[in-house]
Amino acid sequence: MNFEDTPEEAEFRARCRAWLEKNAKLRDANSPSNPLGERETDEVIAQAKAWQAKKFDEGWACLTWPKEFGGQGLGRMEAVIWGQEEAKFETPPNVYQIGHGMLGPTIMAHGTQEQKDKYVRDMARGQEIWCQLFSEPAAGSDLAGLRTTAVRDGDDWIINGQKIWSTGAHFCDWGMIVTRTDPDAPKHKGLTYFIVDMRSEGVEARPIKQISGASGFNEVFFTDVRVPDSNRLGGVGEGWQVALTTLMNERVAIGAGGAGGGFGRLMALAKRSRRNGKPALEDSAVRQQLADFYVTSKGLQYTGYRTLTAILRGDTPGPEGAIGKAVGAPMMQQMASFAQDLQGSAGGLLSEGVEGGDSTWQDLYLGSPGMRIAGGTDEVLRNIIAERVLGLPPEIRVDKGKSFRDIPTGPQDD
Amino acid sequence: MNLEFSEDQKFIQKNAREYLTEHSTLEVCRRVLESDEPYAQDVWKGVAEMGWLGTAVPEEYGGTGLGHLELVLIAQEVGRALAPIPFSSSVYLATEALLQFGSDEQKKQWLPGLCSGERIGTFAAIEKLGDPELDEVDASFAGGKLSGEKVPVIDGDVANLAVILAKDGDGHSLVLVDLAGSGVGRAPLESFDPSRSQARLTFDGADAEVLGEAGKGLVQAEALLDRAAVMMGFEQIGGAERALDVTREYTMGRYAFGRPIASFQALKHRMADMYAKNQIALSNGYYAAWALSTGNEELALAACNVRVAASDAFVLAAEEMIQMHGGVGYTWEFDCHLFYRRAKLLGLALGSASAWREKLIRRLESTHAGAAA
Repeated sequence: MNFEDTPEEAEFRARCRAWLEKNAKLRDANSPSNPLGERETDEVIAQAKAWQAKKFDEGWACLTWPKEFGGQGLGRMEAVIWGQEEAKFETPPNVYQIGHGMLGPTIMAHGTQEQKDKYVRDMARGQEIWCQLFSEPAAGSDLAGLRTTAVRDGDDWIINGQKIWSTGAHFCDWGMIVTRTDPDAPKHKGLTYFIVDMRSEGVEARPIKQISGASGFNEVFFTDVRVPDSNRLGGVGEGWQVALTTLMNERVAIGAGGAGGGFGRLMALAKRSRRNGKPALEDSAVRQQLADFYVTSKGLQYTGYRTLTAILRGDTPGPEGAIGKAVGAPMMQQMASFAQDLQGSAGGLLSEGVEGGDSTWQDLYLGSPGMRIAGGTDEVLRNIIAERVLGLPPEIRVDKGKSFRDIPTGPQDD
Repeated sequence: MNLEFSEDQKFIQKNAREYLTEHSTLEVCRRVLESDEPYAQDVWKGVAEMGWLGTAVPEEYGGTGLGHLELVLIAQEVGRALAPIPFSSSVYLATEALLQFGSDEQKKQWLPGLCSGERIGTFAAIEKLGDPELDEVDASFAGGKLSGEKVPVIDGDVANLAVILAKDGDGHSLVLVDLAGSGVGRAPLESFDPSRSQARLTFDGADAEVLGEAGKGLVQAEALLDRAAVMMGFEQIGGAERALDVTREYTMGRYAFGRPIASFQALKHRMADMYAKNQIALSNGYYAAWALSTGNEELALAACNVRVAASDAFVLAAEEMIQMHGGVGYTWEFDCHLFYRRAKLLGLALGSASAWREKLIRRLESTHAGAAA
C-alpha cells in the first residue's frame, strides 16, 4: 500500500501544475464546484470550447486516448493526476463528460476505421459537442424497451421517435442514438446504434425545465430524420452490445467523481448556525450526523482508490463500482437536507437573506433527486449489485423471449 | 497509488481462512456459548501455533516479524469465523500496548508468552456506565501498587496479564499487572455474547509497573485504542461479510410463493445495502491499515472512520440476517444469534460507535481537516 506519487508521477504532476498555473486561476478551495448542466449559456459554451482547444493544442486533452485520435496515449494514473490538478483551478464547466467519457470510447471500440478517423480526433478538440440519445419517455431503467424506430431506405435510415433526458442536446452538434430496427425480434436483439448529426432536418431538442428551474436535459424529437448507413455503429441488430459499452463507461465516469468535497463547508455551516443557544456544531445530534457523512464520504473516496488500484493493474472495473453512485447520490441529498435544517428558517430561502446562510445547499437539495435517477437509478444499481456481485437470482422477466411487438406497454383490458 | 494488499499478504489471509474454516467452525463458537468453557482452548492453541498472536511482533520477542497489514487480514478471518478466543484483547490491546510502549526489558519479559499463547493479555480503562472520558477513571497507582476496579473487562476472567489505565499522582499512567499476583480479584460476569467472556477486575494494592512513560497514560491509551480500533474493525468486517454470505445462501435455498426468497427485490436490495455498507467499512479499513502500518498521522481520523463504519456494518448485517431468515432466525438452534450477539459486543468493546463519532468530530475540529476535506 502506498499513496505517494512515484518520481515519474510527481514530475508529471509538476508539469500539469505548471501549465495550469500559466493558463488558469486557482480556485477558492471552499467554493462549491461548478454545477454541471445548469448554466450553459452561449457564452459559457464558447469559454468551454476555447479552454478545450487550448488543452488540445498544448497536449492536455483526452490523455488516455491514443495519439492518432487526438489523445496523448497516457495511462489512467496520469489522467487522474491531471483531473486532480485541473479541479483546483477555475475552468469552464465540463461539457465534454459524455463525449469524452462515454461516446469517444464507444466509437473507438465499435467504429469502422473510417468512423474513427472522421469523428474521434475532432471530438477530442471539442469544437463540436456530443450528446447521448438513449432514454425514452417509456424506456428508462428498462432501456431495451425503447421504441424510436429506424427504417432502412436505400443507403440511408429514417429515424422516428422521441428521446429524453439528453444532457446538453440543445447545444450539441452530434448525438449517439439507439433505435429499434426489428420489432419482431426479442427486445435486446432488434436494436441498432447510430451517430446522428443534430443539425439534420427533423431533429428538434426541447429543454426540459427541472424542479431546480434549470434546464440541463432535453427531450429530443425525431421526425423522418435521414441518417446515412455509414453512420451506423456496429452491426444491424447489435445496438445493445454497443450501448453496453457506452453505459459501462458511464459508470466509470460517474464513479470516479465520488462524493467529493462539501463536508468542510457543511462543518463550517454548523459552526455558524445556532441551535440550543449555541453553535449547532456543539449539538450532539449534529455532531453524530456530521460524523456519519464524513465516514461514508471517506469510505467512498477510498473505494475509488481501490478501484483505481485495480485499473492501474490492468483489471476492468466490475459491477461493484455501482456502490459509488448507489451510496454517494442519496448521501448528497441527505447532506443537502441536513444543511438546510442547520440553517433553520433561513434554510427556506433560495438566496442568502440571512447572514452566514449558504443557499448552495438549497440548490443541491433541488438538484440531488436527479443524481439518484440519472445513469442508473438507486434501484437499478441495487439490482446490479444483487445480481452481478452477489449472484442473487435475476428479476423474473415476463417479456423474455417474446418479440418486442408482443410485449405489453400498458394496462391490458382482458 | 496502491490501495491493495500484496499477494503475499492475501496468501496469509487465505491460509488463515482455510485453517479457521476447518478448526473454528460455528459449532465451536456454539460449544463455548452453551458451556462454562470461557474460550476455545483448542482454537487458541492452534492459532498460537500458526504464529498469528505475534504477527506484528519482531522475532527477537517471539513473534513472526510480519506486520500490521498481515495482522488485520488475520483479524478479518478471526471475525469471519466468530472465533471464540481472546484474540482482540490479547493481540490488539495487550500485545500492542507492550509493542508500542514497553521497555526492552518488559518486551522480553512478556511478549514471548503472549506470542506463544501461554499468556493471555487484556486492557482495561472503563469503570463506569456509558462512554466516560478516559480521565474519568478512579483506579489509582502509587508506589508500585494498584487499587481500584475495572468493569467490564473482556476476557478479564481468562487473562493473566492486564494493561490498566489508572490515576498516577496528578496524571495518569498505563500500568502492567500480573493477574496471578496477590491483591487481584476477578469475578466472571454474564456476557451478552457468552462466546466471549467478561469479568470484573478488582485491585487491592496489587503489584504493578508503569508501561511506557509515567503520567502519559491518557495519550498512550488513546493511541492504543486507535490502533486496536483498526484491527477490531477488520474483525467486525469479517463477521459482517460472513453474515451476508450465510444470509445469501439461506435465501437462495428457501422457497416461498414458488421462487427462492432471494429473488424478491425487497431482499435483494437490502442485501445490496449490506454489501455496500461492508465495502464502505472495508475501504475505510484499507486506508486505516495503511496509516497504522506506516505510522501516518492520518491514523487519528482513519481509526474513527473504520470503527464507526465497521460497527454499523456488522450490526446491520446481523440484524438483517435474522430478519431474512424469518422465524427460524429467531431460534436458539439457528446460528443467527451468534452473529447478532458478537456484532453488538464488538461494537461496544472499545467504546460505542456513537463515542467514536464524537471523537471523530473533535479531531476534525482540532486538526481543521474538516475544512480541508
